[in-house]
Amino acid sequence: MSDVQPALGGAEFDGAGARVVEMPPKGMITLRGSPDEIGAAVADATGCAVPGQREITFEGEFALGWMSPDEFLLMCPRDEVGTCLKSLGETLAGSHHLAVDVSDARAVFSIAGPGAREVLARLCPVDLASTAFGPGEIRRSRIAQVPAAFWIDANDDIKLICFRSVARYAFDVLCGAAKGEPVGVLR
Amino acid sequence: MLILTCPYCGIHCDETELANGGEAHLKREGPGSSDDAFEAYLFDRDNPMGVHFERWRHANGCGKWFLAARDTVTMEVFGTYKAQSIEPPAEIVERIRAKRPDWEGRA
Ligand SMILES: [Zn+2]
Repeated sequence: MSDVQPALGGAEFDGAGARVVEMPPKGMITLRGSPDEIGAAVADATGCAVPGQREITFEGEFALGWMSPDEFLLMCPRDEVGTCLKSLGETLAGSHHLAVDVSDARAVFSIAGPGAREVLARLCPVDLASTAFGPGEIRRSRIAQVPAAFWIDANDDIKLICFRSVARYAFDVLCGAAKGEPVGVLR
Repeated sequence: MLILTCPYCGIHCDETELANGGEAHLKREGPGSSDDAFEAYLFDRDNPMGVHFERWRHANGCGKWFLAARDTVTMEVFGTYKAQSIEPPAEIVERIRAKRPDWEGRA
């Protein structure tokens, strides 16, 4: 396997409000088709529970995000992609579906710190109060001018994905929003 | 600011998450239609002050197309519904009639 490089070489930024880090590239598989059939197959391959509307589920190194009524995003270690695709292909043989390796399509960022929610609140038209958006939920929206999706992981950090082609833009706007002291309204 | 609820992912979308797709419920005029009908299908659009039905896409979100009924003057939203609907659902029509008794219905 080739030596996979993150789009920005693992860029990091320490702001007063939060720390922004470009994460190592993840393995990603886009799954489309009947949610029942795909859900069963992917649960079989990864152990992740089938996520309901706007949910994300985790099992070890695997995560399964609800992207739309007929689409899931499976995230896994890079070197598991081949195995997952093979297993999914076998389980789903005969049912109308799509399972594609899109690992090269996206960049992944981590936003951590007391002001992490505020960083996103400055960039997204989303209510980021903890009562409105919590762990286990994945939200597709935009940051400033580009599409993105984010969720809260086990460490209470925010993980964000966007297209790799706009990784520099995404990182720069995240850093800009992380510069200021947290206002302290979103915890 | 216009806020529409995406019927596919349930999010109350700020207008900036959405892309407008023009008038809803256009009937495609296919092969065999008259030139006039085809021209009307391509170019004739309602542009009412008041109740209007539109296509929207949750572009910065789940990516799905859906339909919305709203008032173009007051920005009041009467409801959103799935793109596979041939006509507005009865409960949305009822809601519009209750709030706009002089509405003449869809042309
Ligand atoms: Zn949606």
